[in-house]
Amino acid sequence: MALNMIDLTTLEGKDTEGKVRQLCHKAAHLHHGLPDLPNVAAVCVYPTFVKLAKSLVADRGIKVASVATAFPSGQSFLKFKLDETKEAVAEGADEIDMVISRGRFHQGDYNFVFDEISAVKEACGTARLKVILETGEIGNLDAVYFASQIAIAAGADFIKTSTGKISPAATMPVTLVMLEAIRDHYYQTGKMVGMKPAGGISNAKLALHYLIMVKETLGEAWLTNEWFRFGASSLANDLLKQLVKQDTGIYQSANYFALD
Amino acid sequence: MAKTKKEISWDLSPAPESTGHATIDKRYDLFIDGKFVPPSTKKYFKTINPATEESLSEIALAGEKDVDKAVKAARKAYDTTWSKISAAERGKYIYRIARLIQERAREFAVIESLDGGKPIRESRDVDVPLAAAHFFYHAGWADKLDYAFANSSPTSIGVVGQIIPWNFPLLMAAWKLAPALACGNTVVLKPAETTSLTALKLAELIRDAGLPDGVVNIITGAGETGKALVNHDDVDKIAFTGSTEVGKMIRRSLAGTSTRLTLELGGKAANIVFEDAAIDQAVEGIVNGIYFNQGHVCCAGSRLFVEENVANEVIRKLKHRMNQLIVGDPMDKNTDVGAINSKGQLHTIEKYLKAGEKDGFEMYQSQVAVPKKGYWCRPTLFTNVSQSSVISKEEIFGPVLAMQTFRTIDEVIDKANNTPYGLSAGVWTDKGSKIFNLTSRLKAGIVWANTFNKFDPTSPFGGYKESGFGREGGIHGLSAYLNLQG
Repeated sequence: MALNMIDLTTLEGKDTEGKVRQLCHKAAHLHHGLPDLPNVAAVCVYPTFVKLAKSLVADRGIKVASVATAFPSGQSFLKFKLDETKEAVAEGADEIDMVISRGRFHQGDYNFVFDEISAVKEACGTARLKVILETGEIGNLDAVYFASQIAIAAGADFIKTSTGKISPAATMPVTLVMLEAIRDHYYQTGKMVGMKPAGGISNAKLALHYLIMVKETLGEAWLTNEWFRFGASSLANDLLKQLVKQDTGIYQSANYFALD
Repeated sequence: MAKTKKEISWDLSPAPESTGHATIDKRYDLFIDGKFVPPSTKKYFKTINPATEESLSEIALAGEKDVDKAVKAARKAYDTTWSKISAAERGKYIYRIARLIQERAREFAVIESLDGGKPIRESRDVDVPLAAAHFFYHAGWADKLDYAFANSSPTSIGVVGQIIPWNFPLLMAAWKLAPALACGNTVVLKPAETTSLTALKLAELIRDAGLPDGVVNIITGAGETGKALVNHDDVDKIAFTGSTEVGKMIRRSLAGTSTRLTLELGGKAANIVFEDAAIDQAVEGIVNGIYFNQGHVCCAGSRLFVEENVANEVIRKLKHRMNQLIVGDPMDKNTDVGAINSKGQLHTIEKYLKAGEKDGFEMYQSQVAVPKKGYWCRPTLFTNVSQSSVISKEEIFGPVLAMQTFRTIDEVIDKANNTPYGLSAGVWTDKGSKIFNLTSRLKAGIVWANTFNKFDPTSPFGGYKESGFGREGGIHGLSAYLNLQG
């Protein structure tokens, strides 16, 4: 169940078509020994691989997410960011993972940050928008809460902790504060917003901590992949390892689980 | 965890702590002069597990003769050994007790939860480690008293009688024993009758630590036993933690004698939330303040004052949070709120719930299921309570919170101080100047800022007004067990 909340991700400069093909295959065939497994929620790739990924996983019910807006730094011009977003959606992306302009946020230019997010949201059309705050660069929990409010008010469908390129990535305190921002928005408007902690959640036990946090803060309605995702690829293998152990009573070595 | 085909359930599975490694004898005698001896009364009473209503063991009932025997043993130990050995030697014994508590921490935690009903998470993470910390801290002071009280020639008092309550049985024993021993006194300690087990296990541990016979004597029984100890004419000091009612009785009976006295009594703490507080953090603090240990805490934040413009937000979040609290089996590691300590206490709490409802205040209880057997009370919140009501005046000693709103700082300070108690208070605001303003104007022994129920052996704990006098912990706590010159 946690498996189908995962966005299986490859976001590297050295990504190739071959690499994306392998990732997409894994997304739909998580482990040969456990045939009844669900698929992951989505694969997350750079815009140039969206078309390929879409052709490989669409018929499996797996979504294709694309990072956009000059990921991971976000340091570019708005018009390029919007073009990139539109291009990715045109290629078939179901979801867009954008980054906010942290520099502008630190300058106190909150209107800029807000306007940029809502412009990207518009460029997304029907694609769902995940807004990455990059909390490792935000600084403190009050600011994380404020950035969450901005993102939600500007139209984010999901808020997401991190790009995975900055340390620290997702932590439990940061995630809790973002969940609280989502809850407060829900209290005020009755509208749900999704949450995606990304980076650093690499084992099943930690994933369980996060799920309990979501359950206790937001409730069970959020415990589906429509409203909650893990941005964590290595988590998949640990979950598989635990599942195999449940079946067989034995922990397998890492060699038995595909690396992609 | 990740099920493939089956229906998904998000409820937590039971995670019970095993009780296998904790041994509880069928019957416990009195610990006097280094040995377990049967009581002269030949009577024993049952100690009950409040979560199952089953009997755990039988405890000896000490009569006047036994109290006298214990005091004589303590006097002899004081005269012949404990006041003769060097302070550094005393310290070594106390260190040894601290280390042994750590070694047997799991056993103590399990028995504390079985006997008292508190969640294993609390006994494991709070009670037992803090008890060990108190012995460690005071062991260090034993040979440094001259530096703690320069030019005051500190000397020990003699034989100390100590009476402790049932809410933190082992921890209260540690708060009492550690400073008394470090300062060179010998002790007769009486635990509460519903929770004697960990004190008796501590007696075993003290015997195993090789403490000289008679330095620590532990006698069990109810009010009459305590009364005999208080009225014994060879006791030099009484230290009592418990209800204000009994505290007053003790003070009356000691009037006109030279017996020294410290009292740590009830409380009705104000927990004050300002509009500029981090609300979610404050809600956690409110929950910790009143639902920790089922609200059986003398310094519990049982009166909540919320600035009116954030009251609705606080109430909504608090109710949400209350419903996340798991009430039930104290031995389950997921449990947040355990069993009410005794049938009698449950009746007392229920009496107050009725009083609150009768007064017409809105009562909200969390929606969680509670077990059929045992003594349980769901976390409870009363809103729109008035300052003049019974539930905001009297100490309930249960998971019951009485909430009022306020508009100005002066108003909330007046209301917070408008109580015969003065043990603790809490302040929640992001503004430092507000904190300093309130800490200097609230008449409470402890004021927590943006936290609640934080304890540390280095920090003195004690009350104003009818919450008692004398301090426990820190240098202030030592002075209660010493004669000081000048």
